[in-house]
Amino acid sequence: MDFVATERKPVFRRLVMMAMTFALALSGVALAAPAHADTVGDEYDLQVFGNVKNEGTPLEGVEIIIEGNGYQASVLTDENGQWGIGVPERGTYQITLVEATLPEGVAVLEGGPVQSFDWGFTNNVAYNFFIGEGERTPISTIDQFLMRVFDGLNFGLLLGLAAIGLSLIFGTTALPNFAQGEMVTFGALAALLFVLLGVPLWLAFPAAVALSGGFGWAIDAGVFGQLRRRGVGIVQMMIVSIGLSLSIRYIYQFFVGGGTTQLPGGTGSAEVPLFRTVALSVNDLISMAVSLVVIIAVGWWLLNTKMGKATRAVSDNSSLAAASGIDVERVIRTVWALSGALSGLAGILWAYFRPGLKWDMGEKILLFIFAAGVLGGLGTAFGALVGAIIVGIFIETSALFIPSDLKYVGALVIMIVILLFRPQGILGKKERIG
Amino acid sequence: MDWNSIYINTAQALFNPVTIAFALAALGLAIHFGFVGLLNFGIAGFMAVGGYGYAISALSFGFPWWASMLTAIAASILFALVLGLPTLQLRGDYLAIVTIASAEIVRLLLVSQAFNSVTGSADGLTGFADDFRSVNPFPEGDYGFGPWSYTENQFWILIVGLIILILSLFVVWRLVNSPWGRVIKGIREDEDAVRALGKNVFGYKLQALMVGGVIAGLGGVIYVLPSSANPMTFITSLTFFVWTALLLGGAATVFGPLLGALIFWVLQAFLGSLLPALAEVGALGAFSSSQAGALRFVIIGILLILIVVFRPQGLVGDKRELTFVR
Repeated sequence: MDFVATERKPVFRRLVMMAMTFALALSGVALAAPAHADTVGDEYDLQVFGNVKNEGTPLEGVEIIIEGNGYQASVLTDENGQWGIGVPERGTYQITLVEATLPEGVAVLEGGPVQSFDWGFTNNVAYNFFIGEGERTPISTIDQFLMRVFDGLNFGLLLGLAAIGLSLIFGTTALPNFAQGEMVTFGALAALLFVLLGVPLWLAFPAAVALSGGFGWAIDAGVFGQLRRRGVGIVQMMIVSIGLSLSIRYIYQFFVGGGTTQLPGGTGSAEVPLFRTVALSVNDLISMAVSLVVIIAVGWWLLNTKMGKATRAVSDNSSLAAASGIDVERVIRTVWALSGALSGLAGILWAYFRPGLKWDMGEKILLFIFAAGVLGGLGTAFGALVGAIIVGIFIETSALFIPSDLKYVGALVIMIVILLFRPQGILGKKERIG
Repeated sequence: MDWNSIYINTAQALFNPVTIAFALAALGLAIHFGFVGLLNFGIAGFMAVGGYGYAISALSFGFPWWASMLTAIAASILFALVLGLPTLQLRGDYLAIVTIASAEIVRLLLVSQAFNSVTGSADGLTGFADDFRSVNPFPEGDYGFGPWSYTENQFWILIVGLIILILSLFVVWRLVNSPWGRVIKGIREDEDAVRALGKNVFGYKLQALMVGGVIAGLGGVIYVLPSSANPMTFITSLTFFVWTALLLGGAATVFGPLLGALIFWVLQAFLGSLLPALAEVGALGAFSSSQAGALRFVIIGILLILIVVFRPQGLVGDKRELTFVR
């Protein structure tokens, strides 16, 4: 980790075979980004900027990517080697200098091409990489790939929790629930609420998951259960879920505002080296373990308990299930509660993955939850898991081959392609959806 | 509390390029959803394609305003083809997911740094309206009366927007009352029956997708013309707002989309000025004015739910024209 503090005075170090870039920040003085530098995100007050030079020669067209707090932007340096990026809020950001865009034989010499920094108290931050002649790829491609696979697995597993929730609801009620994203956000907000109330962490998270279950139950009891009783059509219900998603999302914004809040231990979690240069943070490991345990428990519940079997029966054919004495309404209510709890857990884990908690964090992954569900086959719980892991790993690893700000496009494209060639999904039953 | 400024803000929403753009987008969506029954949740994508089609052709290729307009139309048709050819076979709810994803793909491509030189990435594009302004017949000055006051350029955009809107309304009105319109309404009611009559259902759906797409794309042009084309405006919420406007007015009607867009924006402007003003004088308890700003979207969401459940045909719709048959 190499932090550039805003307090640092301008320094100019000369090292053999190495040119240094200029740190422009003066202590406490907010400097405006150079007007002629290529900048993105001008509309934000918070600007990070820098200068890419090799032995005093400005390098043009070097790509800088900034990522964090659910925001991502990238910029190319201009003919003076300057760049600037505006970000919506303070927090910890990961900043990447794409080494492939440097000239041949030039590399980032200190800290590696991917670094992270904390926002200080000023509105402008100068951030520079030490570059010069040297060997590139301090991390081998295969290790980079493996780390991305782990990241993707982590993201995929938490996505899987929410996607199983989505899929269970779709299976039992045929409703594509657009408010699933808000059920995800709810979990993180509930966790924050308990933490602020002073509840110890070991109790706060299970309590938040339980409360999320209650939230899912309440949505069905208060809205969709009533609509089913009125005999409202499925398309209408789908639009109701959109209206619900909009309302709930802005109710969140009403209470927590537009900024990002961290859950305890959200940033700066220790890295655990696994093998070679591959390392995962403690948070990531805990997150994956929790997801796995919960997913296995849900699978066991679906396969072995009476209620789980009833759920699968209703998914299969709800009229037949009702005819064989299953209380369909009760099954659906249970599924909503379970879906709420799973999504809530996904929300807590998502708040640690991003990291940070925000009013629209659930909506940001809604389409990927859908992509996971569609990929695996909507209505099949295990398919949703498989789909989620594929989507997660695909998103993370594809950034190695395509521009990183297009990695989400890939996941959406494969969802559409799957729908065209195997509309029932990977594990879905063949049925007419055309 | 400043009632006068609340009144002015609300009144201005009546004659505003954004309102006209919304009315056009909702009219296009009325063809897709109201008359053919296609669950198109990618209307923001059509608007983005139209708006950026205009902006890019003007900036990157230096097209005059009329050629840019034609490019926007062509781009909308192309997007309808790309979207429709593979996906129109899908069942309703799956089509909704695919179209919502397609619109998001368009937005992500526009925001990406990879095409910065053409799309301006996250900054968007500005300055593409120069040629449009150069043919402005109105001399410099202030136009309008009462709360409606415009510069010559704003007034010019407003007039052109109104002309496009009236032409589109006329075209749609003629189309839905033509034999073609009867076929597409038939597809909405019972696709298999229309197929049994020997009609090419897929072809009609694709044509309707293109016609509605062009109107929505022109809405996108009017949306970006006053200032800039920014990818942040074409988010999924825009699609949902257009849907709200459409369902408010009446999905299977010609004038419902216009009425819905007017009510939507008047309500937005009214709540957008009223709620912060109420918060300032302390009428909302301890709530701040930014919290009051969030409230209006809560109200819009609830409004959407109430319309869909209690008046699915919209304000001016006919209950017999059930748009939610499937």
